[in-house]
Amino acid sequence: MTAVTQAPSGAEPLLAVRDLVVEFETPRGTVRAVDGVSLTLAHGATLGLVGESGCGKSVTSLAIMRLLDSNARIRAGSIRFEGHDVLDLDERAMRRLRGARMAMIFQEPSTSLNPVFTVGAQVAEALRIHRRLSRAAAWAGAVELMRLVEIPDAERRASAYPHELSGGMKQRVMIAMAISCEPALLVADEPTTALDVTIQAQILDLLRGLKERLGMSLLLITHDLGVVAAEADEVVIMYAGRIVERAPSRALFAAPAHPYTQALLASLPRLERREARLTPIPGRVPDLLELPSGCRFRDRCPRASERCSREDPALAEIAPARAVACFHPLVEEGRP
Amino acid sequence: MIEPGGGIEGELLSTTGRPSRRWRWRAGLSGFVLLFLYATAALAPWIAPYQPGEQFRRSPNAPPMRLHVAAPSAWLAQGVLFVHPQRMVDSLRRRYEIDTTARVPLRFFARGHLLATADPKEHFFVLGSDALGRDLFSRLVYGARISLSVGVVGVLISLGVGTLVGVVAGYVGGRTDDVLMRLCEVMMALPAFYFLLALAAVIPPGLSSAQTFALIVVLMSFIRWAGFARVIRGMAASIRELEYVQAAQALGAGRARTIVRHVVPATLGYTIVAATLAIPGFILGESALSLLGLGIQEPSTSWGSLLKDANNLANLDKYPWILAPGVCIAVTTMAFNFLGDQLRDRLDPRAETRS
Repeated sequence: MTAVTQAPSGAEPLLAVRDLVVEFETPRGTVRAVDGVSLTLAHGATLGLVGESGCGKSVTSLAIMRLLDSNARIRAGSIRFEGHDVLDLDERAMRRLRGARMAMIFQEPSTSLNPVFTVGAQVAEALRIHRRLSRAAAWAGAVELMRLVEIPDAERRASAYPHELSGGMKQRVMIAMAISCEPALLVADEPTTALDVTIQAQILDLLRGLKERLGMSLLLITHDLGVVAAEADEVVIMYAGRIVERAPSRALFAAPAHPYTQALLASLPRLERREARLTPIPGRVPDLLELPSGCRFRDRCPRASERCSREDPALAEIAPARAVACFHPLVEEGRP
Repeated sequence: MIEPGGGIEGELLSTTGRPSRRWRWRAGLSGFVLLFLYATAALAPWIAPYQPGEQFRRSPNAPPMRLHVAAPSAWLAQGVLFVHPQRMVDSLRRRYEIDTTARVPLRFFARGHLLATADPKEHFFVLGSDALGRDLFSRLVYGARISLSVGVVGVLISLGVGTLVGVVAGYVGGRTDDVLMRLCEVMMALPAFYFLLALAAVIPPGLSSAQTFALIVVLMSFIRWAGFARVIRGMAASIRELEYVQAAQALGAGRARTIVRHVVPATLGYTIVAATLAIPGFILGESALSLLGLGIQEPSTSWGSLLKDANNLANLDKYPWILAPGVCIAVTTMAFNFLGDQLRDRLDPRAETRS
């Protein structure tokens, strides 16, 4: 896995995760939810982290924010962010990073806001945590931020309670809170999953606009390849705690290398293909407590061979900026 | 009688048996009654015609006197209300005779009281007098100050401690949670009433009544906070998992800020209801202690200590009016319970739409 080198320029990337291993202590045993994940995110870039539920993508993002539950243990690896070794920082230093330099938005806007405070007060709180603002200044800043995320009639909406706003508006409020201190990294964990399709597009447009305006980097976590195709510069596909493929967005959608990526793409509805049925991926994600030997995808893989059950394929570079963990990739080496 | 919050939790967590709309008037009435009682206690020196310790040695165990309304023609000269004087005819059996020919006129706002006899040498007992000739009504009004405040102060202390411990245990979790919850379990495993008796028995006798009062409240709160802490701990542990708490952490909010801004407000609905439902327990607890002679001591009074006179049948048979403090306790307790029930329904997020 360390065979992959991919710093785009000589400068240190904004975020570099190396060989991250996260385990959970459960009554049934130790679950390795993230197993040797490495990723880098350059300044101003968007990285799409894609996978099914339980593949470890959210755990990876929470590990970056150091917000994992107390039963989770980071066993190995390093996370470097803006020159800090995130895993070595104490809680106080970490709190200074969170919200200020790295911020996060969550999947469910309706539960991510405290129902007992007005949204303006919550955006203002985000400002007050890191900037010692007076109450009035924080409120003015909150209204300004709400305008920035294109909430119409922001002054009035600021005194609304979360239940008075639509899901899309709430997600805009969440984004306003997240960008309040102009963070360098915005982690968006399924930011549009809970929203209507039309609202999804608006939120994604907003995120893209803000990213360019504030020069943020975006870590976009989703199971929706359609979202990734439109937004991400680079895509990382995860399966059962591992990265199975990493590729520039365009290349990945043009020619997936890993059979799992291909299966994911085949399961997407497409306008140009008027087939009656979508192709689901047979079988199901393996139980992390009872992983099969060899490749974790082999039970569901049409290209699986005898070697796949003996050996575990490592992530290996097949083209510049392109890596796949498969013995039988769909794209041959040197042919991107 | 002194279960530390045990019954309350069970009641609060059940959502069945929601009282229908026709019961809502009870809550309104209860609120009104409580307001009235607390106002009375606050204005005790003005409302009570006598000091609680003032004795009328010629009139021990006098029965309540009926208030009569004078004929309108006499209102200006003698006042609106009057009573007929009572004269003891049998000092052994404490028998009184009412002299219907004589009148003791009463005046409003006389000598700084709401209602007092026009002639300072006369007296009147609306609720009768006790064995030492003290006006039961005055003692009841002064006793309300202790009995009614014991509940509020006690709930403030025990819920305060319970919330603090519960929120910290639930939010921080891990070893802290274990230690705090085992402590709560030890507290709850104590046989509360006997423990309270033992503690009350060691209150030194020389203390002033204010100090005794404070000690009693603290002792009762000490027994009860554990029940609240357990419930609030459970709530805090589930609130901790809510996305908005995680979102606050992702914004860099520290523990204290998260607890104060996000965890405590989410428990307030429970706390308000639990407080209302717990107040009667404190009132009853204080009454029980005072009844047993371990609480408020003479010359201070509380409803419980006033009831002490009613603890034998012979007295009760001869002077039934000494049960009046018991009626006050019952009314207050019921009022708080009705109010708490209604509040619980109102604050229950799962409540059906109300008209």
